[in-house]
Amino acid sequence: MDDAEFLDPFARLLDGVSSPAQVRAAQGGAGISALWSAISESGFLDALVPEEAGGVGLTLRAVGSLVEGLGARATPAPVAETMVARALLAEAGVATPAGPIVLATGSASRVPLAMVAEHVLLDTGRALLLCRLDEGNRRSAGVPGSLAADLAVSGWQTIERPADGLRPIAAVLRAAQIAGAASRLLDMTVAYANERSQFGKPIGKQQAIQQQLSVMAEKMVMARMAARIGTGYALLPTPAAAATAKSVASAAAVDIAAIAHAVHGAIGISEEHDLQLFTRSLHEWRAADGSESYWSAILGRARLADEASTSADFIRTLSSPA
Amino acid sequence: MFDSFTLRALPPEDEALREPLRALIAERVAAQPIDRRARSWMGFDADLSRALGAAGYLGLTLPKRYGGQERGAYARFVVSEELLSVGAPVAAHWIADRQSAQLILHFGTEAQRQDYLPRICRGEIYFCIGMSEPGSGSDLASVRTRAEPVEGGGWRLNGQKIWTTFAHHDDYMIALVRTSGISADRHQGLSQLIIDLKTPGVTVRPIVDLTGDAHFTEVFFEDVHLPPDALIGEEGAGWAQVTAELAFERSGPERIYSSIVLLDAWIAHIRAHRPDDEASLALAGRLTAELAVLRAMSLAVTARLAEGESPVIEASLVKDIGTGFEQSIPALIADDLGRHPDQPVAPELVRALAFATQIAPSYSLRGGTREILRGIIARGLGLR
Repeated sequence: MDDAEFLDPFARLLDGVSSPAQVRAAQGGAGISALWSAISESGFLDALVPEEAGGVGLTLRAVGSLVEGLGARATPAPVAETMVARALLAEAGVATPAGPIVLATGSASRVPLAMVAEHVLLDTGRALLLCRLDEGNRRSAGVPGSLAADLAVSGWQTIERPADGLRPIAAVLRAAQIAGAASRLLDMTVAYANERSQFGKPIGKQQAIQQQLSVMAEKMVMARMAARIGTGYALLPTPAAAATAKSVASAAAVDIAAIAHAVHGAIGISEEHDLQLFTRSLHEWRAADGSESYWSAILGRARLADEASTSADFIRTLSSPA
Repeated sequence: MFDSFTLRALPPEDEALREPLRALIAERVAAQPIDRRARSWMGFDADLSRALGAAGYLGLTLPKRYGGQERGAYARFVVSEELLSVGAPVAAHWIADRQSAQLILHFGTEAQRQDYLPRICRGEIYFCIGMSEPGSGSDLASVRTRAEPVEGGGWRLNGQKIWTTFAHHDDYMIALVRTSGISADRHQGLSQLIIDLKTPGVTVRPIVDLTGDAHFTEVFFEDVHLPPDALIGEEGAGWAQVTAELAFERSGPERIYSSIVLLDAWIAHIRAHRPDDEASLALAGRLTAELAVLRAMSLAVTARLAEGESPVIEASLVKDIGTGFEQSIPALIADDLGRHPDQPVAPELVRALAFATQIAPSYSLRGGTREILRGIIARGLGLR
């Protein structure tokens, strides 16, 4: 099966269940049951599960743009996270629970989409635990529109932990979501610049605006290439590749959100404008699972440890296109 | 948008070029002090260029009948990366190999190809590019240097070029000149001429820069007589030819590796003096990550060149980010070293840092300014 054959139906499915209106409703607390049953029935959740375990057997590299597609729609459900969790559970020979699963690492604070998940796959740093979530063990920080939560779990099932844990893969999923949202924001912002007139002509004709949008395009391309270095693996990226992906994508996210708002003017910060669905997401994903400084320090440590290499040699080891 | 930026891998047969090339340059480059190597593609060494030519590392993309290797853009990427990542002095052959040979291959006559290309492939003749003129700045089309057709064939050239890289060491210039019309005609009436720099009436004057080096020159033409076959390509088609040529200039690894020797020297410094300093680690990681992403982008543009396309917009995008990255390195490293005022720093690292700091403004000027490149990207976004 080639990528387009798999991805195009997924994009159409998402357009049907993850429109801006549907995203707003879910972020407002309406739940995700219709969205989740449509995605469950489609079979996409088992994309990364090996064929012998009843899945589709695709690599993370093959579904990377699908994760970008989730970011481009600010889809309010942990679809990519559940895909990864199912692959890991299948590999460990553990039965998969039906509902949405989030990935959490360390102290499990501010876990994106945890308010709408039924399970969490938690990497404590020593063990990997599959836990059920309910109202008792998750707490929202109360940020309007955010579905992130702090988790305090119990009643777990222990699963074999990958050597590098879950944080690298979780970070790479955020990087890919950032890339998707960045691409959507660039499209929206260019379209707005072409339709909004000031001083008698579309603002997109002003050189000052053109230069800002060019920088936005550069940052979008950087976020996308960074994400693809991270997703260029069968399933679990190396920590160094994840660090590359997340540090560059997180840094780009801040600039992209800022330019999108600057070009839209004040209208972009109003609740009714779709822009905020994506810029709010960018800021949340930027911080989640390690910000740019967190991952830069990890990559810097790896770079220093590699005494024999030049920087050019070192960066060639980061991406391994399959 | 910009869907052509995808992750690409170098073909194994091109990767295989690395090891023998490393063996060839190791001795010649490793002995150079860091601050010499930090000059990167502004280092001029004709002996090295001839050795590279003799070993088959020049003219990689040119047909064998002209002395080339008949390989693709990927092979050139690998060789460029190997040379630049250790700061090999490649300036002698760089422009001839990167741009002039492509221009002559695509637009030149068969006689011009047979004359120049084999010598370029052997690393024997060196070219410079005459685009800028006094007062022209980023407005490349405001060319005033003029070549008048003379009776009995050929051209009489008068005018002046400036910011021409290494004209004082080079054999030929390919200049953009006006062959008809007036300045107000802008892109019409411009042509490209090959000028033998030893021709009477040509005067080359080096411009000493703030680092004490003289990379740039100004070149004066006073009634210079050029033969009819000095014209390359079509008369009046100079602007279109130059636009295509610039895609070769803007996409390569040199736009991400200009400060790489300095970066590696600084990493060795923090490894030796304070390997657990969190701020230095984060900076090393940040620059490494950006470099990895830029390389992936540069490779994506190379893939389009390899597929026979002219990725003008993508190349502009990579050059703008790449030169910004190169320029950020000396400033960030200076801050990091200055964060430890009591820690000694090797003099050659100090000199390499000073050189990169002082020359860095030129990174975003040579080959198209930031604002011009962003204008090209804006066109790609459908804004112009």
